[in-house]
Amino acid sequence: MSAQHQGKAPPLIRFEQVTKRYPGVLANDAITLDLHAGEIHALLGENGAGKSTLIALLSGMQQPDAGRLLIDGQAVRFSSPRAALQAGIGTVYQHSALVPSLTVLENLMLGRRWWQGRRQSATRRRFTALCNDLGVRLPADALLSSLSLGERQMVEIVKALWEGRRLLILDEASAMLTSAAVSDLQRSLTRLAAKGMAILFVTHKLPEALAFGDRVSILRAGRLVASRSAADLHRRGAEQAQSEIISLMFDAPSTATAAPAPPPSFQEKAPVLRVQGLRAACGEQEPQLDGIDFSLSAGEILGVAGIDGNGQRQLAEALAGQRTTLAGRIELGGEAVQAKSVPQRMKRGLRYLTDDRLGEGSLPAFPISLNLLLKRVGDAPFWRQGVEQPREIEAYAQQTISAHNIRAPGPHTPLGSLSGGNVQKLLLARELEGQPRVVIYNKPTYGLDFQTQQLAQEAIRRQAASGVAALLISPDLDEILALSHRVAVMAEGRIVGIVNNGPDARQTVGRLVVGGTA
Amino acid sequence: MTDIPQIVGRLLQALLPLLLALACGALLLLLLERDPVSFYATIIERGLLSRLGLQESLTRSAPLLLLAAGLIVAFRAGLWNLGVDGQFLLAAVITAALAPGLAATLPPWLALPLAMLAAFAVAALWAALPAFLKARYGVNEIITTLMMTFLGISLANLLIKLPFNDPATTSPQTLTLATADRLPRLLGSTVHLGLVIALLALLLVHWAMTRTALGLRLRILGANPLTARHVGLPVTGLTFLAFGLSAGLAGLAGAVEILGVWGTVRADWNPAYGMLVIPLVFLARFHGGAVIFFVFVFAVLSIGGETAARRADLPNYFLLVLVALILVFLALTEWLSARPLMRKRG
Repeated sequence: MSAQHQGKAPPLIRFEQVTKRYPGVLANDAITLDLHAGEIHALLGENGAGKSTLIALLSGMQQPDAGRLLIDGQAVRFSSPRAALQAGIGTVYQHSALVPSLTVLENLMLGRRWWQGRRQSATRRRFTALCNDLGVRLPADALLSSLSLGERQMVEIVKALWEGRRLLILDEASAMLTSAAVSDLQRSLTRLAAKGMAILFVTHKLPEALAFGDRVSILRAGRLVASRSAADLHRRGAEQAQSEIISLMFDAPSTATAAPAPPPSFQEKAPVLRVQGLRAACGEQEPQLDGIDFSLSAGEILGVAGIDGNGQRQLAEALAGQRTTLAGRIELGGEAVQAKSVPQRMKRGLRYLTDDRLGEGSLPAFPISLNLLLKRVGDAPFWRQGVEQPREIEAYAQQTISAHNIRAPGPHTPLGSLSGGNVQKLLLARELEGQPRVVIYNKPTYGLDFQTQQLAQEAIRRQAASGVAALLISPDLDEILALSHRVAVMAEGRIVGIVNNGPDARQTVGRLVVGGTA
Repeated sequence: MTDIPQIVGRLLQALLPLLLALACGALLLLLLERDPVSFYATIIERGLLSRLGLQESLTRSAPLLLLAAGLIVAFRAGLWNLGVDGQFLLAAVITAALAPGLAATLPPWLALPLAMLAAFAVAALWAALPAFLKARYGVNEIITTLMMTFLGISLANLLIKLPFNDPATTSPQTLTLATADRLPRLLGSTVHLGLVIALLALLLVHWAMTRTALGLRLRILGANPLTARHVGLPVTGLTFLAFGLSAGLAGLAGAVEILGVWGTVRADWNPAYGMLVIPLVFLARFHGGAVIFFVFVFAVLSIGGETAARRADLPNYFLLVLVALILVFLALTEWLSARPLMRKRG
């Protein structure tokens, strides 16, 4: 199981000072990393650490801006995913690319060119051989939809191995699996490594990284901050190894000059929002929101941390009323609202700033003026007896545009032509209008320019200071720690712990995020 | 707000396919060794300039405008009600079955509106199943409304042949509404009141869709159902409402055609106007005013074209070729005008 590569042979893959930049983000910053044949390499990092970019570079989806990628000591440049595949690199992505209504074998034959044969017998033989490599049995002729998630994952791996015979990349492969399926996965990966394949296991779960990896590397803010061999980690004992890695993943960078401003104080009062045993309707591919308990006082900011996609969005939608409550209670100011509609909850002071700003939060083709009033269609004075009052609507839009410093030619400009920052200013203005009591901020600063980020954070503080309770969902732990009084951590659709913000909060939250106990 | 070049651009974008199709049709006529100039001249003369032809074109416009009004409601709400032909025909049969009895017992100012109301209701009811399937299970309404059209046509035939059959006639058809009991004519012409009803309905629909809260709600649903859910619109109710209004207006088109023109429905009658109006509504980009223009152009083309085709010794189907060409060029101009946008965004 431990690394057995010979010291002299060049590594299968070498990242040499690889840098990738996106507008405003240094996603990968001079990363140097070796992947050896026969080794399972676990790559850890929180949201936005640069894991996805690294995978994109390896699988040919993106090209590095600087630095080199070497295979067997030879510099290569992948111009396309196909080129990476031909070099023997197969990738299993976080989100399934299989077709549920086709059989396993048909899924494996997808993507072939028209001149390539449709002979099932050859495919079937290959499929059996690869299943043997993995040490699993899979029904070749069963519909994919009849398979368990663990089995589907194995089919994904078989598909990736079809051409990728040298390096297998798994991106958050264990996210949706049961613990039994995770140990099956581990057994299969170990077999593959023993046959001489290199495996890059990308995850945010520390226990799995430690259990799977012959080597564990940690990314933080685009930089490779540490790389440790399993032997090294075992020598120091599990507990200490964990603490060290959590520090590496989450600690405030030492270069930070100013400590974040303390959250505004608030007096503990009767909770304005109380959630008990909440369970909501969730799709098959979504985390199942269940057993949610928390309460929120006026003026309090409760941060919601966790790896992206662990039920944060489902929680926000369930609270806002966009998702059916299956069990439990949501009390707003002492009144049960779990059966109330979105507008009914809104009238009672519950607001939801969505993270999907253009996808659901607004209509890009519609003018700014109507986008500002999307949640109040039909209300006076903008509509009277159901008839639009263009003057009122325009005046309101004009006033909002100047009051919130939105850069736009005018109220009739289609919202889609605004910059992301200005769209968010507009949505913030819309949600905070009137008398909100509880505001759910979903990724309020995500993907915005620095100035708008400051502006949004300022708005959240100001609202809290005036007594508005807030649920702050953010992938950015620094932001959560800078703004929240308490921090809830979500994993797999549940709240796994709520931590008071303080000097130790970062460590405790970090531990919860990667799957440890507080 | 909208400046002149923008309006000219839009006008050009709408008219260009029409002109290109006519040019292409002319080439086809030349290939067939017919004179395109005299062909098109006949269309204009018989469909637009002659007194009788103009009246016929206007009469033909009435059901087309009502169908277009119904389609605008559905399309703006993002619901593809392609079942207007079935809704139209069923409503026509119900109208034809009820109208003679109503006219015999009630004064005409009550009998005619009642017949139209019944037509509206029957058509709306026919769209309730697709609406339910769409709202409850997300079943694609293109499929269900088309299917319901086939069922509707069959059911209409069945009704004509069995319960509503007029035993006095040899071929199966409903009782005939006496000419005196039909929709009144306008100013001594052959054009009936249905045209006024249709124009009013279309303008009302246009105003409601663009200027009222209800119209905005439907447009939000049409622009993005996710946004409709996010802002808390009653998506199920709006879906039923849009389907009901859309189908109801299609039913009204059927009623107007029966009460104004035919007075009866024969078992094999199915003008399938809906399929011809759908492209016109797209050509007009769901705009009520533009729809009036295109519907009238189309009515002229089909009324005048019948004579033109006969004179040129071509089958009536040649008009369908012209319509098809318009569609092809519509798609082409749409594609070409979308391309620079995509380049800018990409």
